[in-house]
Amino acid sequence: MGRISNKEIVTMAGTDIIIHDEKDNVGVVVIEKITPKQDCDCWIMENDKSVKIQSMDEIPLGHKIAMTDLNEGDTILKYGHDIGKVVKSIKKGEHVHVHNVKTKKW
Amino acid sequence: MEIPKTFLGYKREDGRTGTRNHVIILPVDDISNACAEAVANNIKGTIALPHSYGRLQFGADLELHFRTMIGTGKNPNVAAVIVIGIEPKWTKRIVDAIATTGKPVEGFSIEGVGDIDTIARVSKKAQEFSIWASEKQREERPISDLWISVKCGESDTTSGLASNPTVGNLMDKLEPLGVHLCFGETSELTGAETVCEKRGKTPEAQEKFKKTWSSYNDFILKEATDDLSESQPTAGNIAGGLTTIEEKAFGNFQKIGGCKFIDVLEPAEEPTKGPGLYFMDTSSAAAECVTLQAAGGFNLHLFPTGQGNIIGNPIEPVVKLTANPLTARTMSEHIDIDVSKILSREMNLDEAGDELIKATIRVANGRLTCAEALGHREFVMTKLYRSA
Repeated sequence: MGRISNKEIVTMAGTDIIIHDEKDNVGVVVIEKITPKQDCDCWIMENDKSVKIQSMDEIPLGHKIAMTDLNEGDTILKYGHDIGKVVKSIKKGEHVHVHNVKTKKW
Repeated sequence: MEIPKTFLGYKREDGRTGTRNHVIILPVDDISNACAEAVANNIKGTIALPHSYGRLQFGADLELHFRTMIGTGKNPNVAAVIVIGIEPKWTKRIVDAIATTGKPVEGFSIEGVGDIDTIARVSKKAQEFSIWASEKQREERPISDLWISVKCGESDTTSGLASNPTVGNLMDKLEPLGVHLCFGETSELTGAETVCEKRGKTPEAQEKFKKTWSSYNDFILKEATDDLSESQPTAGNIAGGLTTIEEKAFGNFQKIGGCKFIDVLEPAEEPTKGPGLYFMDTSSAAAECVTLQAAGGFNLHLFPTGQGNIIGNPIEPVVKLTANPLTARTMSEHIDIDVSKILSREMNLDEAGDELIKATIRVANGRLTCAEALGHREFVMTKLYRSA
């Protein structure tokens, strides 16, 4: 599961988005906000890899961004686990939240 | 970092160690609150623990009431106890159970006496206890005398990314040293319940967890009028970016690191299977959960928050940490440890875990938490169902 390893580089400025697990299709914004068309640096905690993504929306700190295109009915993966279903299709780089994703419980 | 082998605590008559030295005035029932608060107002060095229940409860709900009262009195952070109830029978039941620890405890009932004379009588005893407790000194005690409970609140995605894993890192480091650990929040493991179940150390612990979670989930499904979207996740959770209960659950679950739980406790039940991690069946409401864990005998609490929960407890110091840089800035008087540098990757989890251990020991040694300094004393009883 997504844990920061001990060998992680101590200072690495410029991470905009953190992804828990390589399997995840969403990342979390860790700067105050990202703006539309921003080229963002993403860090995958599980394997210490870096990837890039261009945002489509303004997304605030702590909110999620889609790392791939997602269709209605698709499963959102975070921590490498199922955290809900897509109820309105989402494009890569768009904001993922209660307007397009719902719980599979309750 | 080399973890200190000892901390400075109050050795109690039953061998446990307190991180605090409270003299509490414990009302058995709602109508005894006035007396208890009057006494605590008269006598310095005492605190009253008013609450809303204790009349006409029955069955498992009454048993939980007694367990919470008795456990609170037995907690090693409490030096001495005064119990006040409207009638003598339930009062005595609580006094007798607390007395098994060997600590000073005395009960008073109000019926046939009235508030004013009761306050006078109780105040004399409370003064005696307060002066007696004031001479207690901290001494070096083994780190294994720490009983640490954890619960997160007003969580957001920074909780799952950083502040909860920081607590998990502390657990991974302290569990081998013989510390008792406890997590709860049954409903907030929904979505991660099968992953959590597998963390039971034995098939019995796993089976017990499965039953406990299913029973809580059945209750929620039965009582829910909608999809619980107004409560789980909370409005604060959603503002912080958490979308579903499943996402919240996996974030929550990071608090136990790689530890496995050895048993599942009833609410407010004291663990008896030795050191290690326990799961307690609790509500996910912060004050209810911490009150139950304190009644289970835990003497220090770690509370990661995202959007800024401000809870405290009257007898168990609550250490708050956050990884949300906005919360750390805008609510700094509530935050004991800021681990937001994990998000900017200026600090790694191992370093954050070490910082949390240092802060935990300082608080165990007597440093006031933010919540203590602000006077947060949320003592909230869990009620299972309507009274008779």
